[in-house]
Amino acid sequence: MAAELHVALVAADREVWSGEATLVVARTTSGDIGVMPGHQPLLGVLESGPVTIRTSDGGTVVAAVHGGFISFADDKLSLLAEIAELSDEIDVQRAERELERAKAEGDAAAERRADVRLRAAATR
Amino acid sequence: MGAQLRVYKRRIRSVTATKKITKAMEMIAASRVVKAQRKVAASTPYAQELTRAVTAVGTGSNTKHPLTTQAETVTRSAVLLLTSDRGLAGAFNSNAIKAAEQLTERLEAEGKEVDTYIVGRRGLAHYNFRERKVVESWSGFTDEPTYADAKKVAAPLIEAIEKETAEGGVDELHIVFTEFVSMMTQTALDDRLLPLSLEEVAQTGSSAAAAAGAPKGEILPLYDFEPSAEDVLDALLPRYVESRIYNALLQSAASKHAATRRAMKSATDNAGELITTLSRLANAARQAEITQEISEIVGGSAALADATAGSDR
Repeated sequence: MAAELHVALVAADREVWSGEATLVVARTTSGDIGVMPGHQPLLGVLESGPVTIRTSDGGTVVAAVHGGFISFADDKLSLLAEIAELSDEIDVQRAERELERAKAEGDAAAERRADVRLRAAATR
Repeated sequence: MGAQLRVYKRRIRSVTATKKITKAMEMIAASRVVKAQRKVAASTPYAQELTRAVTAVGTGSNTKHPLTTQAETVTRSAVLLLTSDRGLAGAFNSNAIKAAEQLTERLEAEGKEVDTYIVGRRGLAHYNFRERKVVESWSGFTDEPTYADAKKVAAPLIEAIEKETAEGGVDELHIVFTEFVSMMTQTALDDRLLPLSLEEVAQTGSSAAAAAGAPKGEILPLYDFEPSAEDVLDALLPRYVESRIYNALLQSAASKHAATRRAMKSATDNAGELITTLSRLANAARQAEITQEISEIVGGSAALADATAGSDR
């Protein structure tokens, strides 16, 4: 069993992050799932939520992911998302404004997106 | 200055101005091709991973899904044609339209009704002029398509494919776009997106994935599906269609810019040639004018000399 996961976090229009990791936690439609090396091949639907990647060198990468898939086989893990942002790419002020606006307009999906962004940004 | 010479000078001025414009357009298109190519490359990892996932679900489960199963009798198909908003791109648009028309003819010969969906003002204008029915059309983003645009295009198509045929739904989805092979070669081609033929997906993947050297004939492991194979497939296939359409839009944009660049390059070359020819003609006209003036002066002075010599006598 290899001790590392090869992770690729890809958005529709770019590769957001790729590298080695020891643990990946993502939110699927039926709850959070943690994947470590040697996990059974898996294909799941992701919810809007934060994805935490514990890298091999001990660091942590957090990304806000909005919809997509997680697929794992052969110690290769891919996270496919329509929109994905790393926590340090997130514009907190903009996300806060979005949250206000979404609350005012009662747009649940937008509110959730902004909320996920803020929570991901809070971890950095 | 003689009339002939003036006409030539005017034409040279006008052709020079045109040449400047086409040269500028050529350079703009050249820089856009590079940008568009980069976007195609950037969208490749997603398309590749998605294709892998689709193949995995398709081969690893016995789930029947309307998007993967072939209808027994196909009564209606949708054809999505990707053209550009603007012309000046040589035969780019007419090639794509021609490919779509051939596909439509072929499908109609097989006894299917064809619903046409169009992206780009050029294709729409072509169909409107011939008063052919277009179900839905989009324009305004063909130069730089985003994923949101692809989603917008994909939504009604996915809806149509999920609807029952009796209620106006379609059984097949074809796409006609211009594949970006290289700077010099772009080919208009048609492709069936749905229903998926899994062997084909496994072999070729999306054209982008194939270009990136996706592993062929790979044996996929048995997957665990979260929450279930049906749900995964339900969520996966619309994304797959969107990603294929996105990729086609990007390739179409890159092809369009490459075609524009080529068309503008030959326009610039032609203008250069025209300027050379016209300058030669203008030079000849100027020389003829000078020769005529000299002979007029010589003739005039000779006549004058004759006249004075005559009056002396």
